[in-house]
Amino acid sequence: MSTLKVDQVSKLYRATSRAGGLTPALRKVSFDLPPGEVISLIGESGSGKTTIGKILLRLVQPTSGTVTFDGKDIAGYSQRGLREYYRYVQGVFQDPFSSYNPIYRADRVFELLRGAYFPKASAGDWSARIEAALDAVALNPGDVLGKYPHQLSGGQQQRLLIARALLLDVKVLIADEIISMLDASTRVDVLNLLVKLKRQGLAILFITHDLSLGNYVSDRTIILRHGAIVEMGATEKVFGDPQHDYTRMLLSAVPELHKKWQHTPLAAVPAAAVPAAVAANRVSTADGAAATLTQASMLDELSHAEQVVKRDLRAVFGGARAVASGKSQVAVALEPPTLREFEPDHLVADPE
Amino acid sequence: MSVNVANLSVAYRSRRGDVTAVDNVSFTLADGEIMGLAGESGSGKSTLGNALIYLDQRMKATGGTVTVDGRELPIADTRAMRPLRMTEVSLVPQYAMSALTPNRKIGTLMTDLLKSHHVSDRRAVMTELKRRLELIGLAEDVLGKYSFELSGGMRQRVTIVMSTLLNPSLLIADEVTSALDVSTQRAVGEMLLEFRDRGYVKSVITITHDLSILAQIADSIAIMYAGRLAERASTEAIVNGPLHPYTQALIASLPEVGVRHDQVTLTGIPGRPPSLANPPAGCRFRDRCPFAFDKCSQTPPFAEVEPGHSVACWKVSAERGAAAGRAGQEQAV
Repeated sequence: MSTLKVDQVSKLYRATSRAGGLTPALRKVSFDLPPGEVISLIGESGSGKTTIGKILLRLVQPTSGTVTFDGKDIAGYSQRGLREYYRYVQGVFQDPFSSYNPIYRADRVFELLRGAYFPKASAGDWSARIEAALDAVALNPGDVLGKYPHQLSGGQQQRLLIARALLLDVKVLIADEIISMLDASTRVDVLNLLVKLKRQGLAILFITHDLSLGNYVSDRTIILRHGAIVEMGATEKVFGDPQHDYTRMLLSAVPELHKKWQHTPLAAVPAAAVPAAVAANRVSTADGAAATLTQASMLDELSHAEQVVKRDLRAVFGGARAVASGKSQVAVALEPPTLREFEPDHLVADPE
Repeated sequence: MSVNVANLSVAYRSRRGDVTAVDNVSFTLADGEIMGLAGESGSGKSTLGNALIYLDQRMKATGGTVTVDGRELPIADTRAMRPLRMTEVSLVPQYAMSALTPNRKIGTLMTDLLKSHHVSDRRAVMTELKRRLELIGLAEDVLGKYSFELSGGMRQRVTIVMSTLLNPSLLIADEVTSALDVSTQRAVGEMLLEFRDRGYVKSVITITHDLSILAQIADSIAIMYAGRLAERASTEAIVNGPLHPYTQALIASLPEVGVRHDQVTLTGIPGRPPSLANPPAGCRFRDRCPFAFDKCSQTPPFAEVEPGHSVACWKVSAERGAAAGRAGQEQAV
């Protein structure tokens, strides 16, 4: 059993602007990624979902908290240990077009692996491995081998990258928005491939902002907001009976083919009205609560995270100067909302 | 009819000859209509949108006419188009996130726009601008900010306000919701509806690859495949009763909220669209179409099979023809 375990992981990014300040990308996030399970990690931009993926791939160090793989803390890996780790944990990213070097043939990604991990493999053995991996992702070797990236479709490129991960003894796949740049007609093929790999025992972290895609593939769902988990549990429970207002708002905003949004015309605004009044004007219909939340989410998307962290940092370190100087690289307790069990395998956070 | 596009063809110049990206496309848009234009990448949907407002160096119009409010647009003449842009036809570009110049404040960009279009009563327009910003929940102080100080959703909304500031007859919105989160996506979609309802824009063409967002905001949908229109109908007809095999496959490949892989296995469309540099004769979807038969080696006409519902497919027109024939016989009996 190779379970990837995320335990109380927090990450603070220091702002690059002159004003300084710190942004909490993650606030004490904990979850397990057991074999044979797809977990979708859903959140809006800035919710910290990509940061989790980067931490799991050890591309970014968490500010506090640990990630363990088979009981070993991944932060402690040496160069060689890390190479072994990547044998089991691999990532595929959003933009397939920039994952390849356009001046080389696309299958160079396989050759690079061979140099690093299988220097002793014979040519015949190696091509048999490649064919098996391509077969697993339903690609025809003749269609993709020897081709340049621009000759392949986005879906083919993305599946080739998954095949690259499969060449290793991969146990965990971090799939960060891997289908958001694909056309609807090829998207589904990649999704179905993930389901197939999961049935073979792979653990998959499916990072997305698209709720319907997350719902389609995943066994469990984690909803992130401002770096903290607001709701998590079995997918059918989270989507079937969402408990947190934020999850409900997200679900109400999903465009569906056969159900129209309830469009509430905006009330006329006098020239001097304040934005708060704009939001208040919208609480009128059945869909009103969701509409207000959408509005509120838009208004606070920039400033909320910043304010929370400034407030908390001030409380911990006293005074604005410590905040601006970034003295707080030590583990900072930026308390996320408490998670409570609503029903078995369904946790909901308190409102913030 | 507010907008009428007739037999429009647009080609890209390339070293190996012209590549026709938009091939003989015709449609009309009523006043106040929001038409969604959907298709895969490379289907020519953005080229069509861009051709209506600005043909760049690589593009040339190889045929057809565009009429807006009874006046023909000189789309091939970049100079003559200039005064018409933003006032008659306007565009929200595909990468609206990066469409705002980073070294000028939003307010300066707005005044630049008014100056370059010789708007005489600038103060009145600026008052209107502030009113519109408040309407969509943006504070007036965004005018004093630079584009990088705004979030993606705010930037997208500022760009739409700017594109519609001079009340154009036709707005082309290219992938306006694609890079946004669901909640912001909804806000931007509703904003387009709102601007239409208030008459800030007369007609809108929204270009996207996302059919579910079109189901929310569009009155009618046109599906494009490999440079040609495949189907055009009201949103309800496309969503509930698509006729073209391509549209049917496209809709079948969309997961809906609540559908899980262990209940329903969705299927994609095998194969890839043909290269437009050397397109095959006949129906261009033929190679990927499960219903293809020998007649498909000829180009199917884009024909109206029901009022307001046009399809380019031999199978559909054959079935409709047979059904009509049968109905005729029954009547005769």
